[in-house]
Amino acid sequence: MTRGLRLVATMGTVVTIDVRTALPAAEMRTALDRAEQVLHRAELMFSTYRPGSWVSRLRRGEVGTDELPAEVSRVLALCGQVAELTDGAFSARWRSDRTPDPTGLVKGWAAGRAGRLLSALGAVDHCVNAAGDLALAGRPAPGHGWRVGIADPRAPGALLGAVGSVDGFPVGAGGRGWAVATSGIAERGRHVVDPRTGRPATGLLSATVVGPDPALADGLATALLAAGPAAAELLDRWRPAGWRGCLLTDSGQLVDPDGLLSPPAPASSAHGDNPSVGSRG
Amino acid sequence: MTHPAHRSRRVAGFLALLGAAGLLVTAKAATAPSPRPVLLASGPAGPTATTPSGRPGPGRATTAAGAPASTARPTGAPAGALTRTVLGTAEDVSYGTVQVSVKLRHGRIVDVTAVQLPSGGRSSQLAAYSAPLLRQEVLAAQSARIDTVSGASYTSQGYAQSVQSALDAARS
Repeated sequence: MTRGLRLVATMGTVVTIDVRTALPAAEMRTALDRAEQVLHRAELMFSTYRPGSWVSRLRRGEVGTDELPAEVSRVLALCGQVAELTDGAFSARWRSDRTPDPTGLVKGWAAGRAGRLLSALGAVDHCVNAAGDLALAGRPAPGHGWRVGIADPRAPGALLGAVGSVDGFPVGAGGRGWAVATSGIAERGRHVVDPRTGRPATGLLSATVVGPDPALADGLATALLAAGPAAAELLDRWRPAGWRGCLLTDSGQLVDPDGLLSPPAPASSAHGDNPSVGSRG
Repeated sequence: MTHPAHRSRRVAGFLALLGAAGLLVTAKAATAPSPRPVLLASGPAGPTATTPSGRPGPGRATTAAGAPASTARPTGAPAGALTRTVLGTAEDVSYGTVQVSVKLRHGRIVDVTAVQLPSGGRSSQLAAYSAPLLRQEVLAAQSARIDTVSGASYTSQGYAQSVQSALDAARS
């Protein structure tokens, strides 16, 4: 099989597993099955909607942090690291009751886990898209790098532009995989809370980051949205470690200091071929 | 999950222009004040059937009660070998109602569209924007220049449940 595609309803959304490595049918199916299992396991461990998840039990005080499985402990530790690296703009303890909830980076973490497993199973060219949090590796087709459209939150179906992998950036692109994450205004309006104030974050409509790790990408994008006016400064601190980003402010200004975005495609190609992309309301 | 003080039962019209062939289905919830016209487009490949999910949740008026009887699986066709669109249950979330329709080909999801979304939030336009991300992602696969899409996404337990109910209905 030259392409394997699977859409998985999990973690409150639908995750796309897209494999472009040509594999024998049985190996492709195994790779997709195993990657799907990783996502479902993440849901079972971390969902705040599931009373029996480790996170739910931890939040109710039924288990101590020393009783958690290693994966849950690692994710919570990662949350702590991202909190330090963002001056608290990201925090697992963003809820008013201060109970831990790693939702802000767990989708990216799960996508990254699924991606690494795909690579280990020979599916080295893949994209795991956890509803906007992406783990990417390899190439979508011979001679081409992955190109990721960034959704425009002001216009359903429209794109702000596209991000592509080029030689040497993002760090790890090609061999080790890379990540794209977008955080923004979504279904509940301003649903990202600034953990430092407890109030909904303001200043940005969306924040997109590109870098070497999907879990960190998810956390950083969340932090940038929470940081609002301070997001550009925060991004500067991550840049030396191989991170890039672009921001869309409340006033509609696109802040793209690294020239990350390119036009998604000529109008005739991006929208003309798929009228429903541009015309949905 | 709390029940909202007011339920969004707004009319949601969808023009899903994926393929050349289109199948018009009028889906009407039992308690909805007005019919919800839903245009579900079928892909060009294979026969298409639209099946209302038969799993109404507690206290909800959910499935496409007004769907025509002809939407049952065509006899003689294997369950997994056709393209069809299935309506998921309407799920109450704390800020409104979520309902999706799922298009399957060979038993796998190829598209998800929102039939109902919470109307609250910053603006109805922004509320409407988020669910089509997956659709955009699916369509991106058809564009030579874009491989996938990143954006703020629609995520809620209700969204996943509505998708799952459609999958359950499709496999039953």
